[in-house]
Amino acid sequence: MAAAAEDASLGGLLRARWEAFKGGDVGSAPVIVGVIAITIFFTSKSSIFFTAVNFSNLIQQMAGVTVIAIGVVFVLLIGEIDLSIGYVSGLAGVIVAELQVPGSSHDYPGLIALAAAIGAGAAIGALQGSFVALIGVPSFVVTLAGLLIWQGVILKALGSEGVIGIQDHQINDVANYVLTKNTGWIVAIVFSVGYALAVFGTYLSRRRAGLPAGNVIVALARVVFFGGLAFAAVAVCNHYRGVPLVGLIVLFLTVLGAYVAGRTTFGRHVYAVGGNAEAARRAGINVKLIRIFVFMISGSMAAMGGIIFASRLNSVDLTAGGGTILLDSISAAVIGGVSLFGGRGRVSGALFGGLIIGMIANGIDLVGYTDAVKFITTGVILLAAVTLDTVARRRQAAAGR
Amino acid sequence: MAGALLGAPQPWYKPRVSEPSPPTLELRGVSKNFGSVQALQEVDFEVRDGEVMALVGDNGAGKSTLIKCVAGIYSIDGGEILFDGRRVTIHGPKDAAKLGIEVVYQDLALCDNLDVVQNMYLGREERDFFFRLKESPMEQKTAETLASLSVTTIRSVRQPVATLSGGQRQSVAVARSVMWNNRVVFLDEPTAALGVAQTRQVLALVKRLAEQGIAVVLVSHNLVDVFEVADRISVLRLGRNIGVYERDKTNQQEIVQAITFGAAHEETEVAT
Repeated sequence: MAAAAEDASLGGLLRARWEAFKGGDVGSAPVIVGVIAITIFFTSKSSIFFTAVNFSNLIQQMAGVTVIAIGVVFVLLIGEIDLSIGYVSGLAGVIVAELQVPGSSHDYPGLIALAAAIGAGAAIGALQGSFVALIGVPSFVVTLAGLLIWQGVILKALGSEGVIGIQDHQINDVANYVLTKNTGWIVAIVFSVGYALAVFGTYLSRRRAGLPAGNVIVALARVVFFGGLAFAAVAVCNHYRGVPLVGLIVLFLTVLGAYVAGRTTFGRHVYAVGGNAEAARRAGINVKLIRIFVFMISGSMAAMGGIIFASRLNSVDLTAGGGTILLDSISAAVIGGVSLFGGRGRVSGALFGGLIIGMIANGIDLVGYTDAVKFITTGVILLAAVTLDTVARRRQAAAGR
Repeated sequence: MAGALLGAPQPWYKPRVSEPSPPTLELRGVSKNFGSVQALQEVDFEVRDGEVMALVGDNGAGKSTLIKCVAGIYSIDGGEILFDGRRVTIHGPKDAAKLGIEVVYQDLALCDNLDVVQNMYLGREERDFFFRLKESPMEQKTAETLASLSVTTIRSVRQPVATLSGGQRQSVAVARSVMWNNRVVFLDEPTAALGVAQTRQVLALVKRLAEQGIAVVLVSHNLVDVFEVADRISVLRLGRNIGVYERDKTNQQEIVQAITFGAAHEETEVAT
């Protein structure tokens, strides 16, 4: 009988993992190796890198790109690309800043400005997604056009002044508020308990249903590891000023995205469209609607990322949304193991990829290397990640036939 | 014409008594034109519960057109379609699905990146009111369905379809068609591009489908396969009926002649 004879002993699981590894499914191994290697390297070069202060800084630095990368994951999963995310994020920053200008006719409370910016991001995504899904224009071109258009809109909106300061404290709190130490501990407890409930809930329901449930020791190890990680992170942050709110936002959006992609029918259909759009269509999935929704997710995540950037600087200027934001976000998703060919990868990859990109940028700044080194290093790592993905895909295809 | 030579009797084959009930699916005088090209000209076709009906014909005979008419991808220009003796109209794939007609296309329509369970439930996932997938029941039902069809070679229903062999993939595609209480299953060239052992595996599966009471239509170029599993054989040629042959009252030579009959000026080579 199918699936009955699965070996759930520790040795059996290790063997199965090794077989999957050889078959092209490298899992999270490259990311873990990368994080450790980067940590060791920069710790040896800079005395500041491995400190509580820098850890808090790193969280705030990587937040924007990581949030945008979550949206990129969804777009890559359906096998499309969104090049407009950089300037959509910039535009969201401009909208937030414009809607809080004190003394003007458009001085709204911070939360309303935030909601309007995210809504605008979703609307832009819906518009671009409609061109892709309904008319069939390649997403590369649609979003390349978007890249130009939204950059133009930003320049026009900022006009001759070229900068808008943000004084609204709700907006500025997004990237700069720090939780009190006790709130930080509560967050760690809630996260650990929630994670444990999810892991053991799955384990028990599968056992009750008589399905292979995996190994209880592995489940326990995962809970202890990630729970421990949460407490360690909070402890380190509390050693300095406390947990940055933006870290919590990133974590929440990652968990939400992972839930949507991995546990809901919508997420399943996203993977199906990326794997074989024709099969999805024949199975009765509304492929066009899925595509539009995915671009809306991408647009609204880009907007949230842009809000974080604007909030961090307490202002927006003519460079909003430019620079390396676009390429860093796509790189983060790809380095996190999301395939450019569609259908493969996880939302958590955005967090790990964002972490690696953030650590490199942070470390290189600390050591005092130039931007040249930063670009070359990031480029090499991106190339390595895509090569790994391509090889993995080939091996998996070869294992099948 | 060759005489009614009987092929060597197959040990598994048991003749079916003709039932008085109407055929599960019946086409009467169905025509389909594409501009001036008559793809189907007053074609009759039927298939009954628990029977494997083969549909054979050379390229351009109208097999694919017939499938697409029944699947609701094309609308018919003339004639009628009856389901359980009742006249039905099929305007789209949804109508066909509602009647319980499923087509397993040649290119399988599986998502390589999804696992067996996810493919079996693609587009019909079970979920709770939070849109959350109910994984356990889906996995159980998949395992049960595969077991009921004696598909034993798939190690885990949680492995991606990309890691399966061609025969296993075909098995998943066929198994998916029985999971939704379908009455009529069309299999379009299910053994094309399969090795010998995998072909046997899929043919055995076709037989088990019919044993479960499903009306199976096997579209194939391979007469060896057809003669192994089909109860009856419908021959189409250039969009017209040539005839329906009972498997134990005909032979491959007669079918080959029916497929190519009167086509002396055309290619004489026929896939066997």
